[in-house]
Amino acid sequence: MDIFLQQLINGLTLGSIYALVALGYTMVYGILGLINFAHGEVVMIGALSSLTFVRLLENSGLPGTLVLLIGLLLAALVCMTLGFAIERVAYRPLRSAPRLAPLITAIGVSIVLQQLAMLIWGRGYHSVPALLPAGRHEFLGASFTNVQVVIVVVAALTMVGLTLLVNRTRLGRAMRATAENPAIAGLMGVDADRIISLTFVIGSALAALAGVLVSANYGIAHYHMGFILGLKAFTAAVLGGIGNLAGAMVGGVLLGVIEALGAGYIGDLTGGVLGSHYQDVFAFFVLIVVLVFRPSGLMGEKVAERA
Amino acid sequence: MSPLLEARHVSKSFGGVQALKEVSLTIGAGEIYGLIGPNGAGKTTFFNVLTGLYPRFAGEVRFAGEALDLGSPHRVAQAGIARTFQNIRLFGNMTARENVMVGRHPRTRANVVGAVLRSRATRDEEAAIRRRADELLRYVGIAHHADAIARHLPYGDQRRLEIARALATEPKLLALDEPAAGMNATETEALKALIEGLRADGLTVLLIEHDVKLVMGLCDRVAVLDYGEKIAEDVPAVVRKDAKVIEAYLGG
Repeated sequence: MDIFLQQLINGLTLGSIYALVALGYTMVYGILGLINFAHGEVVMIGALSSLTFVRLLENSGLPGTLVLLIGLLLAALVCMTLGFAIERVAYRPLRSAPRLAPLITAIGVSIVLQQLAMLIWGRGYHSVPALLPAGRHEFLGASFTNVQVVIVVVAALTMVGLTLLVNRTRLGRAMRATAENPAIAGLMGVDADRIISLTFVIGSALAALAGVLVSANYGIAHYHMGFILGLKAFTAAVLGGIGNLAGAMVGGVLLGVIEALGAGYIGDLTGGVLGSHYQDVFAFFVLIVVLVFRPSGLMGEKVAERA
Repeated sequence: MSPLLEARHVSKSFGGVQALKEVSLTIGAGEIYGLIGPNGAGKTTFFNVLTGLYPRFAGEVRFAGEALDLGSPHRVAQAGIARTFQNIRLFGNMTARENVMVGRHPRTRANVVGAVLRSRATRDEEAAIRRRADELLRYVGIAHHADAIARHLPYGDQRRLEIARALATEPKLLALDEPAAGMNATETEALKALIEGLRADGLTVLLIEHDVKLVMGLCDRVAVLDYGEKIAEDVPAVVRKDAKVIEAYLGG
C-alpha cells in the first residue's frame, strides 16, 4: 500500500501542473475553437525565463522565496506578452480562415519558440536552484516535499481564483458570452478582440506559473520541456472535455494520478518487462481511449451543445 | 421631432445579390418606427448593417447627430443601439440573470485588476449590475426565471429575456426583429403594452414585424421594403392605402 499512497501524492503534484496548463488550452478552445499547440512552449519559456531572472537575483541576498516570487512575476510578464503576441501574429489574421490554417500556424509558432529558446538558453539541461526551504514530510509511510505542497496549494488557489473570475465577474461573463457567440456578445458591447487577447494573456500567465512549478519539482529545465508537457496537458483538457474549465482541472489531476499510478505498478503488472520509464505511455493511452469512447470528455456535454 | 437615426443611401450586396439598394430613412427621437415588407425584402439585412454585423456596406448612418461607426458591433452598442433577433440568440448556457448582466457591459467598467483585487468599487459595481438585471427581468415580467438557464425558458419568455438583455445596454434606439413571431394573441397584446411602455420611458423603437395589425396599431410611421428598396414611408393610414405596398406586400 505504501507505493499507492506515494504515487497518489506524486500524481497529485504532477496533475496540478497538468491542470494549470490544460486550463490554457481549454480557455482558448472555449472561445476560438482553436487548439493552441504553442501553449506548451509558453510553459517552457516561463520556466527558462524565470530561471534567468532567478540567476540574476541569486546573489542579491534576498530570501529564496522572494527571489522565486520575483522570478515568477517577471516570467509571467514575459509569457503574457508572448501569449498576446502569438494571438495577434499567428491567429487573429486567420480568424475567418479554414480551421486547419491556424492549427498549422500553431505548430509553426511552437517550432519557432523552441528554436528561439534553444538559441537563447542553449541545448543543455539547466539545473533549477532550490529556493523554497527544503523539507520532507512523512505521512502514513509516504513522503512528500515542501515543493510538492506548494505546487498543489498554489495550483488549487489559482484554479479557485480563475473559477471565480469566470463565473462571478463582469469580465468572466464577457468571456463566457464571447465563447457562446462572439457577434452577439459584441452587440452587448463586449469587444470580442479584447476578450480573446485577455484569454491568451490569462492562459499564458497560468502557463508561466506551471513552468516555474514544474521546473521546481524536477529541479531541471530545458528548451524542449514544453513539448511533452503540452501534449499531456492537451490530453488532460480532452479527458476533462475541452472547452470546459472544471473539466480541465479534473482532467489534469486525473491524468497526473493515472500516470503516477501506472508508472508505479507497470513493473508488477508486466512481470518486470516494462519499467516506470513507460510513464508517458499512459497519458497517450488515455488520450486514445477518450477519443474513441468519449470524444466530448468527462464533463464535455456543454461543448457538444455549443457546437 | 429631432432625428435620432439617419440612414443615407445604405446599400449592401452579397455576391451578385443586391440585398439593400440605396435605402434612406430617418427615425425621430421617441418614435416607434415600423419596417415591413415581404420575406427577403432586406429588413433583417438592414438591421444587421445598422448593428455592425456587416462591416462592409455602402452608405452612411448618422446616430444622435454623429456618424455611426459600424465597424464592429460593440461600438454600436456603446453608441446606444440594441437589438433582438428574429431567431432568438441568447447565451443559452447562461442563466437569464447572467444574460441581462452581460448586457450591462457597455455601461460598466470593472477591469481585470479590479476583478483580481476585488476592490470596493468592483464589488459595488457588480452589485449594481445584478440589481439592474433583476429590475429589468421584473420589468419584462420574467423575474421568477432569473436563475433558470436561458435555453430552458419557454419561447415567449426567451423573447422577453432578449428584450431585457437589450435594454440592459441602455440603448437610445431599440431594434426589434419580429418580436411577435410565434406569439399568441394574449402574448402579442402584452408585447404591445411593453413596447408602448418603453416609448413612454423615452426610448425610440425600430420594429420589424409581419403582424400587420400590430405594426399599424403601434407605429407612428412605417417604411416598406421590397427587393431591397424602400417603396413607401409614411404614417400607417397612408401606407396601408399605397398601391405599391398593397401590390408588393399587403395584398388586395
